[in-house]
Amino acid sequence: MKYLDEYRDPELAQRLFAEIRRITTRPWAIMEVCGGQTHSIIRNGIDQLLPEEIELIHGPGCPVCVTPLEIIDKALAIASRPEVIFCSFGDMLRVPGSAKDLFRVKSEGGDVRIVYSPLDAVRLAQQHPDREVVFFGIGFETTAPANAMAVLQAHRLGLRNFSMLVSHVLVPPAISAIMESPTNRVQGFLAAGHVCSVMGTWQYQPLVERYRVPIVVTGFEPLDVLEGIRRVILQLESGRAELDNAYERAVRPEGNVAAQKVLSEVFEVTDRAWRGIGVIPQSGWRLRDAYRAYDAETRFAVSDIQTRESPICRSGEVLQGMLKPNQCAAFGKECTPRTPLGATMVSSEGACAAYYHYGRFIKAEEVGVAR
Amino acid sequence: MSNGLNFEGWVCPLPLRDHPNIVMGHGGGGKLSAELVEHLFLPAFAEAGAVDMGDAASITVGGMRLAYSTDSFVVRPLFFPGGNIGELAVNGTVNDIAMRGAQPLFLSAGFILEEGMSLDRLAAIAGSMGAAARRAGVKLVAGDTKVVDRGHGDGVYINTSGFGIIPEGVDIGPKRAQPGDVIIVSGTIGDHGIAILSVREGLEFGAPIQSDTAPLNGLVADMLDETRNIHVLRDPTRGGVASALNEIARASQVGMVIDERKLPVQDAVRAACELLGMDPIYVANEGKLIAIVPPSDADRLLARMRAHPQGRQAAIIGHVTADHPGIVAARTSIGGTRIVDMMVGEQLPRIC
Amino acid sequence: MCLGIPGQIKEIYEMNGIRMGKVDFSGIVKDVCLAYLPDIDVGDYTIVHVGFAITRLDEQSALETLALFRSIGLLDEELRTDAEEEAA
Repeated sequence: MKYLDEYRDPELAQRLFAEIRRITTRPWAIMEVCGGQTHSIIRNGIDQLLPEEIELIHGPGCPVCVTPLEIIDKALAIASRPEVIFCSFGDMLRVPGSAKDLFRVKSEGGDVRIVYSPLDAVRLAQQHPDREVVFFGIGFETTAPANAMAVLQAHRLGLRNFSMLVSHVLVPPAISAIMESPTNRVQGFLAAGHVCSVMGTWQYQPLVERYRVPIVVTGFEPLDVLEGIRRVILQLESGRAELDNAYERAVRPEGNVAAQKVLSEVFEVTDRAWRGIGVIPQSGWRLRDAYRAYDAETRFAVSDIQTRESPICRSGEVLQGMLKPNQCAAFGKECTPRTPLGATMVSSEGACAAYYHYGRFIKAEEVGVAR
Repeated sequence: MSNGLNFEGWVCPLPLRDHPNIVMGHGGGGKLSAELVEHLFLPAFAEAGAVDMGDAASITVGGMRLAYSTDSFVVRPLFFPGGNIGELAVNGTVNDIAMRGAQPLFLSAGFILEEGMSLDRLAAIAGSMGAAARRAGVKLVAGDTKVVDRGHGDGVYINTSGFGIIPEGVDIGPKRAQPGDVIIVSGTIGDHGIAILSVREGLEFGAPIQSDTAPLNGLVADMLDETRNIHVLRDPTRGGVASALNEIARASQVGMVIDERKLPVQDAVRAACELLGMDPIYVANEGKLIAIVPPSDADRLLARMRAHPQGRQAAIIGHVTADHPGIVAARTSIGGTRIVDMMVGEQLPRIC
Repeated sequence: MCLGIPGQIKEIYEMNGIRMGKVDFSGIVKDVCLAYLPDIDVGDYTIVHVGFAITRLDEQSALETLALFRSIGLLDEELRTDAEEEAA
């Protein structure tokens, strides 16, 4: 596949690994923000092949993982209503709420449907005027434009039976929160490539300056991830802290202006609770008043939500990079993808699931990974 | 009749009691399905059940060894690119029997029809079944039809069962994989699952991908003609190649190492998987088999397979090892290693 | 977080007042919303996330990036080979 295969070339990967080994003289802790990057790292075995001095800390860039428990519980309550067709990306189906997940709601008779795009949900609303169609609008800045367009579309079509349960989160406030945490160990960031395709890179310059930390906009294919890591290490080794773009083929400094326009029309910034982390001020988006009619939380007035997290789940620490999944006592025992205690074990790119699925509970040495 | 579940001795700390109802994942062919059999059905059957209950059983009757199998078909949509539920139903059981090295002889077909289902569609399905049976050389000799209320049957569900005779000297089964054995797949993987997804509501995409549903008994006959030294045969249906290999690794208590770069995948299937965030190694196949054979026989078996229409793109994808028993590892395209675990429920499309 | 796949725009049309395209991903064709890329054309490549084209792929940048990868380690190898020859 063009623009994919070239960035998976094994020979070039070996070159990049060798180069990274060559330039690394000291231990560095680097965080990849985006869950998609975490997935790629674990899936391709990249972290195993990096020099020991380089520690990759997996960031909270997994919107599935950080969607607040309260919102999940609201989703479950709404999806259980007989008049509702509840549409969601596949990722959310197994995320555990306080008592169950969307899969269980489906098994109990809820009309829960997986869609590929939020526009599919709008189409369902057109096709089923007698039902309430609710779309689970989660995601970072990459997904928000799609969700915004769905709301605009519903508005344009005058659909009265479409609404969205919104839980958008933003990357830059998360980086601030991480850098200001007293236990922070992150020294450099791989910024999320597709988030930057939408929002541009300019939001990260103030962060570079405020925290004196290198931030390299990075893609997702193995070569892209390695290049991002290489550039962060180069900066760290030479004491620099700059904003760099290693994903230029897909990211421009100004980002996608048309998308940003629609985003500011439909959404406004708000405080958001991040599951496992807590409230990060001004770190999320919600629908503006003009589009409040499409807000599922308002329409369904779900109250009396009593949330209850598993007491032994340490997702929060994993999300903040304070704990590796296989350091958690419940990892692989009480907590498995089959019986997840927290969202990081469910999302395909949650760090815990990635570790489990790709076998980090089996030490690398046991399967003879060559160093 | 006892209806209490005995949780003693369940390996998983939070087993079925966590799911008081059946969820879709129980039919996914992964861990949930396996648990259902192990922890609900087998204990209930007790002495009347078989210890290693799988799709196909090898039984001895009157001095003959028979392979006896059953399979049920609940696919949605009923008609998909490359076929319909009818030929899946015939080929599915034909293949289960062939995976024991037997030539399938006779099939039964049970139909659960939904009130209101179109007779035209049913006739098309039946026609496909007849054609598939003729193609596979089997006879449909027994059948049953029931009708359920509208809204309870999704059109039609089909169960087929059948048997064949296992030839002398043939001993093929999931426990027979040995360290050093070579793992061969008979052709491109992921075709069927993607063909189905491409027409599923909410995910539609235009794709030149057809289901690979096909009878494999002809291919198996040729393979056995080339060598009797075949240890394991398995058709990787739901759960894909990954789940099939994991089951065999566990049953034989061996490890496996496959090379991702050697997996044959059609470009369009690969693209669809990229788009949906899925991994072809977990996607269902309906006309492919995995063969595990001693290294001495691998090359000529491969050549023989490639000479058959069902094996044109057969490829060696890995080997069996004594290391890490029960675990399937894969060498990634950039030289790393990852564990290919069994799927939990069904593989879902993702955005992240 | 953002599964975005590159595809090529084959056709552009309008649906319900929104600019849409048929995008080809190695043989898979999907209807994609092009509203956020008003200047993109048939033949261009784009990254698609949840049915939306979010950015145009720049061929020039792509080639430069690959050229960079290919050059990595090369200069080093040359220097090492030179040094070995000198020492010999």
